Amino acid sequence: MFVFTSKMKLLAGSLTLVGLVFLLIGFNTDYSSHADSGDHGAVAQGHAEEAHAVEAHADEAHAVEAHAAEAHATETHAAEAHATEAHAAEAHAAEAHADEAHATEVHAAEAHASDHGHDLSANRPWAAFLVNSIFFLGIGIGTLFFLAIQYAAQVGWSVGLLRVFEAVSMFVGIPILGILFLIATGGMHMHHLWHWMAEGIMDPASPNYDSLIAGKEAYLNVPFFALRTLAYLVIWAGAAYLLRRNSLREDALPQGQNMFFTQRKLAATFIVLYAVTSSTSAWDWVMSVDPHWFSTLFGWYTFAGMFVTAMTVLNLLVMYLRLNNHLPWINENHQHDLSKFMFAFSVFWTYLWFSQYMLIWYSNIPEEVTYYLPRFKGEYKPLFVAMVAMNFLLPILVLMSRDAKRIFGFIGLASVFVLAGHWIDHYIMIMPGAVGYSFGFGFAELGGILFYSGLFLWVTLSQLAKVPLRLKNHPMLTESERFQQ
Amino acid sequence: MAHSTESVPLVRAMYHDDDVLISAVKQIRAAGFKISEVYTPFPVHGLDKAMGLKESRIALAAFMYGVIGLTVAVTLTWYMMVSDWPQNIGGKPNINWAMNMPAFVPILFEMTVFFAAHLMVWTYLVINGLYPGADAKNPDPRTTDDYFMVELPAAKGLIETLQKSGAVEIAEA
Repeated sequence: MFVFTSKMKLLAGSLTLVGLVFLLIGFNTDYSSHADSGDHGAVAQGHAEEAHAVEAHADEAHAVEAHAAEAHATETHAAEAHATEAHAAEAHAAEAHADEAHATEVHAAEAHASDHGHDLSANRPWAAFLVNSIFFLGIGIGTLFFLAIQYAAQVGWSVGLLRVFEAVSMFVGIPILGILFLIATGGMHMHHLWHWMAEGIMDPASPNYDSLIAGKEAYLNVPFFALRTLAYLVIWAGAAYLLRRNSLREDALPQGQNMFFTQRKLAATFIVLYAVTSSTSAWDWVMSVDPHWFSTLFGWYTFAGMFVTAMTVLNLLVMYLRLNNHLPWINENHQHDLSKFMFAFSVFWTYLWFSQYMLIWYSNIPEEVTYYLPRFKGEYKPLFVAMVAMNFLLPILVLMSRDAKRIFGFIGLASVFVLAGHWIDHYIMIMPGAVGYSFGFGFAELGGILFYSGLFLWVTLSQLAKVPLRLKNHPMLTESERFQQ
Repeated sequence: MAHSTESVPLVRAMYHDDDVLISAVKQIRAAGFKISEVYTPFPVHGLDKAMGLKESRIALAAFMYGVIGLTVAVTLTWYMMVSDWPQNIGGKPNINWAMNMPAFVPILFEMTVFFAAHLMVWTYLVINGLYPGADAKNPDPRTTDDYFMVELPAAKGLIETLQKSGAVEIAEA
């Protein structure tokens, strides 16, 4: 029986607390003061003109630097700078004060900057919290989906591991609560992480009016948004709870198929619901950060990243439990299978990532391609390229051989790449739309990671310690114990 | 028949179940007899380990075939689309290969898989002598249906071991 030792409790608890302190520091930091990258232009969102702005920003930045005095004037409006605007501002350098520059900008291209005159850098701690919520949610929901597949497909090999899957999937509700917190604060206009929540954006009379976003009002409005998030919470956390409860009940019942078909029905129902909610949740939480842009592949793409994150965490957790002798009935063949999932879904994620990228790159339509401009031409490029290498090349090369999938060192090495890579992937999905170029890695980002890691450890390990790690009456337990390939 | 030239007579034991087969193989080897071949109607998981077979090197071959495929695909796309007859498709850059690379990724992927898969199959067939027209090597057609056969050179005390291991039929060839 696994014991949640006081040492681990201390670790999990202190991670959470330190994370919380870091988050508080992060939320009380003024990001606009050191948003030195602000003069590089807004994240292009709707118009081709903005695309030019982003492309041109390098030359422009040099010009601006050359005239230190003007530079100050320009920097204040940094987040919305357009190529045209920047030139205009330079021309009137001497008298370029705030209002004028603002006016120039509004007329410049009549393009929509990301936040209609608000400084996007204020969104940064909120965006960082969303990144971490999504990343850690992936661990829970990916595992829950995997657990449901085991029941729906009547899988034999993994039965000895089901308790581990159950414990991890019980974590699924907590990051959604974090997202609900973001929605509540966004609805109160404490931040405009989701740009469509900004005041007046749906109101034709308002200077903030955006006809494209207003057209999506039926779907993108705060009450419905919050309701959907609540629905995901109920469906996902409910499924995790029910699968766990039935599995525990099975231990008390006599041997046989008492819960087998109940669990299968439950799992199949959840999978059908998840097929829809996985896509819609990704649109809601992640894609609506860039409300002008859309991609039909986005749901699967997000899901693939979440699933491979979950497989990696499961692999590490099972490895940890095996090393500490808590799972004597699990052998290296089981570990091999988990590594295969990690390997295969790294490829699957790359496939979806590339499918989305190539179609947009090839058709080169302004409304679509703006998504990739800050990511592939702007300052996110190094992160973006590194992220693809970490999520595809490195795990492929490390985990390709059969033996590597069974050796702890190789699994650990690949896990580091995959986890870091997918964290950066989520970061790059959210940051350009939410904060423009005023991104960074500080207390807000690190605090979220520590906070959720602590909670994750606490929930998972306490769930693991509640009941024996070995199911008693699952009909396919023997098959799992004899599993070999 | 493949083994007819061998001087030592062969013993063939039939089994009716793959789990029995695996435990039998373990018992036979533990008793010190050397198994020359096992015939099964389907791949039996764990049999290679129970027989103590050397690890296959087909994976390494597959990796190299994949690299060859990738190289061929890069050369092919570069020669056809950039060097020999540069084509402007959808305004995509065709000045050098790297700029147009995303458009070639499907080709790179397909050729890698194609080469790895096909050459691996051919390697497997050649190594196992399974060229078209080759004689069937299984001594008893029942091993293609529902029987499992262990074939090994006759030795003292072998028959008793086989009987104890659960063989349903033992024949000396």
